[in-house]
Amino acid sequence: MQQDEKAYPGLETDLHPALSRHEASVESDRCYFCYDAPCVTACPTGIDVPLFIRQIQAGNRAGAAKTIFDENILGGMCARVCPTETLCEQACVRQTAESKPVKIGQLQRFATDHFLGDVEHPYQQGSDSGKQVCVVGAGPAGLACAHRLATYGHRVTMLDAKSKPGGLNEYGIATYKTVENFARREVDFVLSVGGITLKNSVRVGSDVMLDELIDQYDAVFLGLGLDGVNQAGLPGSDLAGVENAVEFIARLRQTTDYDSLQVGRKVVIIGGGMTAIDAAVQARMLGAEDVTIAYRRGADAMNASRYEQELAQINGVKIKHYLQPVEIHSDASGAVGSIELEYTSSVSGELQGTGEKIQIEADTIYMAIGQTLLAGQLASTVIESGANRVTVDSAYRTGHQKVWAGGDCISGGEDLTVAAVQDGKLAAESIHRAISA
Amino acid sequence: MADLSNNFVGIKSPNPFWLASAPPTDKAFNVNRAFEAGWGGVVWKTLGEDPPIVNVNGPRYGAVHSADRRLIGLNNIELITDRPLEVNLAEIRQVKRDWPDRAMVVSLMVPCEEKNWKGILKRVEDTGADGVELNFGCPHGMSERGMGAAVGQVPEYIEMVTRWCKETTDLPVIVKLTPNITDIRFPARAAKAGGADAVSLINTVSSIVSVDLDTMAPQPTIDGKGSHGGYCGPAVKPIALNMVADIARDAETADIPISGIGGVTTWRDAAEFMALGAGNVQVCTAAMTYGFRVVDEMISGLNNWMDEKGHATLDSVVGKATPNVTDWQYLNLNYVTKARIDQDKCIQCGRCHVVCEDTSHQAITLKVDGKRHFEVIDEECVGCNLCVSVCPVEDCITMEELTTGVDPRTENDIRREYANWTTHANNPMSGS
Ligand SMILES: Cc1cc2nc3c(=O)[nH]c(=O)nc-3n(C[C@H](O)[C@H](O)[C@H](O)COP(=O)(O)OP(=O)(O)OC[C@H]3O[C@@H](n4cnc5c(N)ncnc54)[C@H](O)[C@@H]3O)c2cc1C
Ligand SMILES: Cc1cc2nc3c(=O)[nH]c(=O)nc-3n(C[C@H](O)[C@H](O)[C@H](O)COP(=O)(O)O)c2cc1C
Ligand code: SF4
Repeated sequence: MQQDEKAYPGLETDLHPALSRHEASVESDRCYFCYDAPCVTACPTGIDVPLFIRQIQAGNRAGAAKTIFDENILGGMCARVCPTETLCEQACVRQTAESKPVKIGQLQRFATDHFLGDVEHPYQQGSDSGKQVCVVGAGPAGLACAHRLATYGHRVTMLDAKSKPGGLNEYGIATYKTVENFARREVDFVLSVGGITLKNSVRVGSDVMLDELIDQYDAVFLGLGLDGVNQAGLPGSDLAGVENAVEFIARLRQTTDYDSLQVGRKVVIIGGGMTAIDAAVQARMLGAEDVTIAYRRGADAMNASRYEQELAQINGVKIKHYLQPVEIHSDASGAVGSIELEYTSSVSGELQGTGEKIQIEADTIYMAIGQTLLAGQLASTVIESGANRVTVDSAYRTGHQKVWAGGDCISGGEDLTVAAVQDGKLAAESIHRAISA
Repeated sequence: MADLSNNFVGIKSPNPFWLASAPPTDKAFNVNRAFEAGWGGVVWKTLGEDPPIVNVNGPRYGAVHSADRRLIGLNNIELITDRPLEVNLAEIRQVKRDWPDRAMVVSLMVPCEEKNWKGILKRVEDTGADGVELNFGCPHGMSERGMGAAVGQVPEYIEMVTRWCKETTDLPVIVKLTPNITDIRFPARAAKAGGADAVSLINTVSSIVSVDLDTMAPQPTIDGKGSHGGYCGPAVKPIALNMVADIARDAETADIPISGIGGVTTWRDAAEFMALGAGNVQVCTAAMTYGFRVVDEMISGLNNWMDEKGHATLDSVVGKATPNVTDWQYLNLNYVTKARIDQDKCIQCGRCHVVCEDTSHQAITLKVDGKRHFEVIDEECVGCNLCVSVCPVEDCITMEELTTGVDPRTENDIRREYANWTTHANNPMSGS
């Protein structure tokens, strides 16, 4: 499709278009097939990068995809959303040599896209073990866990509170990273291994209790993500026009009618992570005139990578550093009119307000100051009191013998899709060992 | 500016870059364009007797590509010219008249009978051409009819046909050799014995470049079948260089002029051929890959290099490396080198380590003090150069000669005097 036929080209076009076969051939030839390769170590899921790239080079695209899926069944999504500039590509020796790493992410997409076609699922459901596992949460962690368990022959029931599976792949990731309904197609790919029963719109803690699951199943995996949002407790945050960035993005991801989304003219985003960047860039793409990110620390402290920050700037987003919100003021109609911010400085590592303040005019404010675990209704057996994450041991087991957890919801979670996949995969191995013993 | 003018067996050309007998020299149209582009000379596409041969009407070429589709090797199943003899001769006459300063050599291939060779030579002389090249090289199609490589593979035939030609014409006779033999010195000696003024080599190497795994047929495929072709281009240069050197340093043929052919693509390739004894070079695939203007780079590159090295004329380049080509048994066994890794240049790919570890002498570390670090272990390094060959960074790994002390691997003293296999204690034939 021609880009100019689209009403919102930014939102509807791949951030990185797929490589053609020839581009993939040339790019894969740049890989040195390093020994004990640094990129493998840098990948949270430990994909054998040199091997899959060599398979692409040799015209063995299916084999390349299989090498990726062996370690990361969501390799397709990771190829699109991983901040490769801080992961595998940062470690690439070509980065050292010439500041131009091999485009590992794009090659990974080239390989995995093979299985978007009409081809058979590359794994088989294992022969029935007689064991039943409940996976709570159909995000990256839950999906990776369920798939691995299915290949071992365990029967998996996957519950998710939302009406669609995929977790933040479906509700959070920026549109331009996962165009053409990729998130859903990938879930279908994962489930096509067989042996996984998906039940949406079931919330554990209200529709069914964790204790019941523990009774019913041989093991339970919690891949809950961080469903709650941090509250800033900012005066004026209840005004019309103030919204949580994750909710804004979820609305955006769930509509195909972008015209219907009300985006303001002057948007201010509070935060410094991937969510802040995504909300800002997508607000611009929806037509907002003035978009400003206000972050309380400097550029280096931002959770969003340098590349993501540049992406925002390329899209006309202003990033202001060392500013913390003080109060949101209303306009004459009672909706948001402006936001008052105070400059900060770092005094021996501690952030302090300097007393100097500015006002930025705004009709929309998105808060992107982090998500939290909505754990209230879960059995206290798995959540240590006071902690806002699930605590697990090195084998992903919680305080309860039959309950494992992984992904964003556990302490030490890295808030990356790829890290959630790794957790889900390793937890599945741990569960398999425990219930097969 | 160095003087690039070339005098090859009395045939003069403004530079040593000739186009080899092949499609680039098949017609006046092409050759005129080549001369406009600056080529020093051409060997006209091989002439045969009428009625002209016919070519296949399907694909003639197959190729070996790099990942970026750089042409590494080309394979063809084309035959000699498929145009009537008189048409070619008339064009040759006109082109030579229009370009008197360029070399015009005519390649020939006729059945192996005295009258056939003598007949065609007379007609070529009439055109005003500067010389002839006898095509004893074509490895496909013509060889099955007792011509081309079928002659080139039998030294007696080479000598016989060369003699007929020398008896018939005063034009310089260049004999073009096929590489599809076991020892190139025998056909070269035969050409010399027959009175040849020069040899040219190599013609193409018999080859199948690829198999189509869907149709299960070699490529290029003509209606489901393929036959072997002749391989040329960058891939064949090492084979050609070795053969040129073999002839240049063979006592019997050392003085015969050589026109070097096979994979010449840049000035450097040409300089290498000439350093090993070629008086000039001929080019086919490079022109067929990029067009005639590649000669600009060849001329300027050769010029700059000669200026830099202080070579005023080609004579001071030709054969300069020949004395340094020797047989293995004369290599100095007291010459000891060790690999050295420049840690500032190392990009940590680990290839040197794994190839030495897996396939050679376990002489490069992977970790030192628990950290990824590649360092040569002199006690194990045999100095083989494999790590240098596989390292992706230029000059990161180099070979250093040990000149004093002890080789930590053999624990032998480093000795400066030359000593080779012929006198080595382990050689049963050394008599020591
Ligand atoms: C806006 C945004 C952009 C991001 N962009 C990137 C990016 O570009 N690259 C990247 O690597 N990472 C990105 N991330 C982070 C990444 O999305 C997460 O790290 C990843 O999705 C975590 O996976 P998960 O499976 O742990 O949780 P989630 O993806 O959050 O999935 C959890 C699932 O559990 C369900 N659930 C929760 N509680 C219950 C319950 N009680 N009962 C039943 N179901 C429940 C939820 O409905 C959800 O489907 C982004 C995050 C956000 C918010
Ligand atoms: C299509 C094609 C046709 C050729 N035809 C002839 C020919 O008619 N006579 C001949 O002596 N050599 C012929 N050759 C061989 C070339 O002259 C030359 O020896 C060979 O290609 C090696 O040189 P290169 O690597 O520069 O191509 C032909 C080569 C090609 C590619
Ligand atoms: S020269 Fe050969 S033996 Fe020595 S380190 Fe290199 S590869 Fe190993």
